[in-house]
Amino acid sequence: MRIRRVGAYALLLDCGEDEPDVPGRVEAWRAELARRRDRGELDAIEIVPAAATVLLDGVPDPAATARSIAGWTPRPAPVRGTAGVVEVPVTYDGADLPAVAEHWGASVPAVVERLAGTEFRVAFCGFAPGFPYLTGLPAALALPRLPTPRARVPAGSVALAGPYAGIYPTASPGGWLLVGRTGLVLFDVAADPPARLTPGTRVRLAPA
Amino acid sequence: MRNGDLHVLRAGALTTVQDLGRPGYAHLGVPRSGALDPAALRLANRLVGNPEDAAGLEITLTGCALRLSRAATVAVTGADVEVRIGERPGDTGRPLSAPAGAVLRIAPARRGVRSWLAVCGGIDVPPVLGSRATDTLSGLGPPPLRDGDRLPLGTPAGPPPPVDVTVAPAHPDELRLRVRLGPRDDWFTPVALDRLLGTAYTVSPVSNRVGARLAGAPLPRAMARELPSEGIVLGAVQVPADGQPLVFLADHPTTGGYPVIGVVDDVTALAQARPGTTVRFHGPQR
Repeated sequence: MRIRRVGAYALLLDCGEDEPDVPGRVEAWRAELARRRDRGELDAIEIVPAAATVLLDGVPDPAATARSIAGWTPRPAPVRGTAGVVEVPVTYDGADLPAVAEHWGASVPAVVERLAGTEFRVAFCGFAPGFPYLTGLPAALALPRLPTPRARVPAGSVALAGPYAGIYPTASPGGWLLVGRTGLVLFDVAADPPARLTPGTRVRLAPA
Repeated sequence: MRNGDLHVLRAGALTTVQDLGRPGYAHLGVPRSGALDPAALRLANRLVGNPEDAAGLEITLTGCALRLSRAATVAVTGADVEVRIGERPGDTGRPLSAPAGAVLRIAPARRGVRSWLAVCGGIDVPPVLGSRATDTLSGLGPPPLRDGDRLPLGTPAGPPPPVDVTVAPAHPDELRLRVRLGPRDDWFTPVALDRLLGTAYTVSPVSNRVGARLAGAPLPRAMARELPSEGIVLGAVQVPADGQPLVFLADHPTTGGYPVIGVVDDVTALAQARPGTTVRFHGPQR
């Protein structure tokens, strides 16, 4: 892990792209930093995990914080299990299922079985409030985005792109491949936290 | 409306409710948003006796017209604009008394782009995740003002404090922005770093609350591969495929997939930079 300075008040923990299990390392650091902040050992307004990095923003003294972090060892991300897994009910009727099947060299039922049988974890949120980037599919099944994004993808659409699965919290333009839809509300400003699927949450895309 | 309201007679090109934004939710994909020049909004609030984090209006370039249903102390900061209460001219940067029913007119900006209007009691639309700010990227907060809208006002906290003098902001034709290189300066060639710190850029007309787009010498990359998405900070200078830098402002996305060559220390000058304004970057060591 390498610490990069970002402007006057932020740090980027770079877990490297070519290391083994980058999502697991990112999650381990995210959880460690959140624990440290809860205990008052870390002063940061934002802890933002992403594909291979964790950003700390709103850090009053980045040099001192970087020195502290260099002495910390994150606990490994929790092993997979059944406890604490959020079941997202998914109707697998997405328009791009045949295209996914073709990319994967599998049948449509086999694609659905694969997705339904995978335990995902929210690697990070981005693109829109409450949009989860779900990691858990093997790198070999990574998919390209649509060459031309759709002008409107309905809220609740379950979709795939790159190594990720994702769920659109609200209707928006989108270039991911649609595999299904859910009625689960992913973002509610009256809820605490407002996002249903927060970083680190384990997720199953269970057939509805 | 116990505390009265603001009736929008002319919304102008883009007038939004803004406060100091909603920090602390970036990990859920929620941008910070808030006034593009927080110091200017804080000043306007202090001038009318509000807490500094009260919600006001951010008014863009073409001005607006509003009718106050109750008597109020108001203040306008930011761009160089003509302010009128009824037929009476008023100054920016000082508290102004408006009687009940008065029409407050903010004319198109003479210099600069954005003004902030504070009204005693604040704009009392319902907060969303602790903020009343309009986030133009995610759509959180109230929509931009439209003609005919009525915005509720809050309860005035008390009389405004006495004020000696405020300093009118300068609106230079050339901005000098201090930038710290990184976190991805190693994704660029030495030529790119020389160009960033040694040549002039101009503010492009497609700039908005998400970011100030700049045009100038393209910044060539040393690495052609795709950068995995990573967290973005205010002031990040992102370089998309065309090599033209974009400086992120308050409504910036929380993550992005283009490398950030450097981060600008203070972006507030960009809030007032019209298209065509010259921008020069310099390093902290110079």
